[in-house]
Amino acid sequence: MKNLVILGAGTAGTMVANRMVKRLSQREWTVTVIDPNETHLYQPGLLFLPFGARDEDKMVRPRAKTLHRKVRWVKQEVRKVEPGAKQVELVNGDHVSYDLLVIATGTQIRPDLTGGLLGDAWQRTHFDFYTLPGAVALREALDSWNGGRLVLNVVEMPIKCPVAPLEFLFLADDFFRKKGIRDDVEIVYATPLDAVFTKPLAASRLGYLLEEKRILVEPEFMTMEADGRKLISYDEREIPYDLLVSIPTHSGAALVQESGIGDELAFIPTDKHTLAANDLQDVFVLGDATDLPSSKAGSVAHFQSEILADNLLRTIRGEEPLPDFDGHANCFVETGNGKAMLIDFNYDVEPLPGKFPLPGVGPFSLLKETRTNHLGKLFFRWLYWHGLLPAKPIPLGAKMSMAGKKLLSPPDDSAASAA
Amino acid sequence: MTAHNYAGTTVEVNQEGYMTDANRWTPAIGEAIAVELGIVLGAHHWEAVNFVRDDYATTGKSPGLRRIAANTNVTIKQLYRLFPKGPGKLVARIAGTPKPKSCL
Repeated sequence: MKNLVILGAGTAGTMVANRMVKRLSQREWTVTVIDPNETHLYQPGLLFLPFGARDEDKMVRPRAKTLHRKVRWVKQEVRKVEPGAKQVELVNGDHVSYDLLVIATGTQIRPDLTGGLLGDAWQRTHFDFYTLPGAVALREALDSWNGGRLVLNVVEMPIKCPVAPLEFLFLADDFFRKKGIRDDVEIVYATPLDAVFTKPLAASRLGYLLEEKRILVEPEFMTMEADGRKLISYDEREIPYDLLVSIPTHSGAALVQESGIGDELAFIPTDKHTLAANDLQDVFVLGDATDLPSSKAGSVAHFQSEILADNLLRTIRGEEPLPDFDGHANCFVETGNGKAMLIDFNYDVEPLPGKFPLPGVGPFSLLKETRTNHLGKLFFRWLYWHGLLPAKPIPLGAKMSMAGKKLLSPPDDSAASAA
Repeated sequence: MTAHNYAGTTVEVNQEGYMTDANRWTPAIGEAIAVELGIVLGAHHWEAVNFVRDDYATTGKSPGLRRIAANTNVTIKQLYRLFPKGPGKLVARIAGTPKPKSCL
């Protein structure tokens, strides 16, 4: 009996487990998933909680319900991977051998890596919305906040869901306007990037959103520490705040560090196109755990999982994996006022205007604010639980398509930098 | 994309001043780009620049500050002093590698 072992049952791990268990013969292969957590969290819902949504019960499901019944779930924590011996060691001392390993252990926020972020100020003036407890605490704080200076800070890249900071800013503007206190609030975005939109076409088409929503931008801000009242950068700039929403440094899982197989942030060096781990035999990496330049996003995990499934089967048949993954990502961006935008891109092609998934027809519009897109985002949770996670066949190309897209060049004087 | 002369060699640079072909880089070119940016390259500068070139050759992308600091004897704070205002980008420009990227 051969063993396909998958570490982590988040979005990527669950999708690939459910996909593979349907494609492998039960007589020859066991598909094992190792994850210590009881529940699966629908992360895209976190964005709405700070602004008064109270449907966190619909964002969490018992893990057993998300995994195909033929998947063997080991509810244990992994200590480390031993690629030489083709096994993983669990925290309880047991070992699990593998013939093929998929590491899908994701990424986590590390507020501990920025001085002053945790401690007394944490969940008093410093908040996050990248965890369930964090988003709920921020909801309570914003509920009774009467105004002042709100700073949203991305500490460093990479982060999960690179559009989430923008969505937060747009929804915050909405939230405070509806409360009638928008004029009492200053919304500031401090980012290490040199602009809010670094891709020229996106910048020229969406820059108006920042002006319209009166969002002040502090670009090229590399946060060194926070002291409860202000951010301080490595080059000694200061940004004061009354309320800080931090998107901290992200790292890979501790077990990656423990196994010595990750880079300086514990992300695993992975082949950009085949998804094989660069230096480890019979090991593949999926989702946020990789060091790939593709976004850390659920849609990326979905497209990757389709390609990985094919490559796992090729490997099993003794063939070479194919370099099929093109970095495809497809993300809704909430823009407030019941509207959203959709962006579709890959390693080589920036977000372009057009219609998705059907060229010319849609129904979703790319790089444009529409109400249909917003409805798409709301419907997405249902699709996630009922279609994507169980790996039901969904007619979306794993590779990005250029069909129906308009290759526009941005106006000559559109600089990528804002403010 | 325009042609630019550095230290007697003509190379192509893009709109933002990054070399389009990292293979055409030479240390003399690096020095000339640095001078244009108002920087005189000392030993610590070179440590960062050399690491960026090696890393780009392995990974295909320009490393961020944390990665440079983790693999050299230069801290992030020092990088800010050596390459004032935007060291990640400045080192890449001087090293002839592409601008560190993001998706939107």
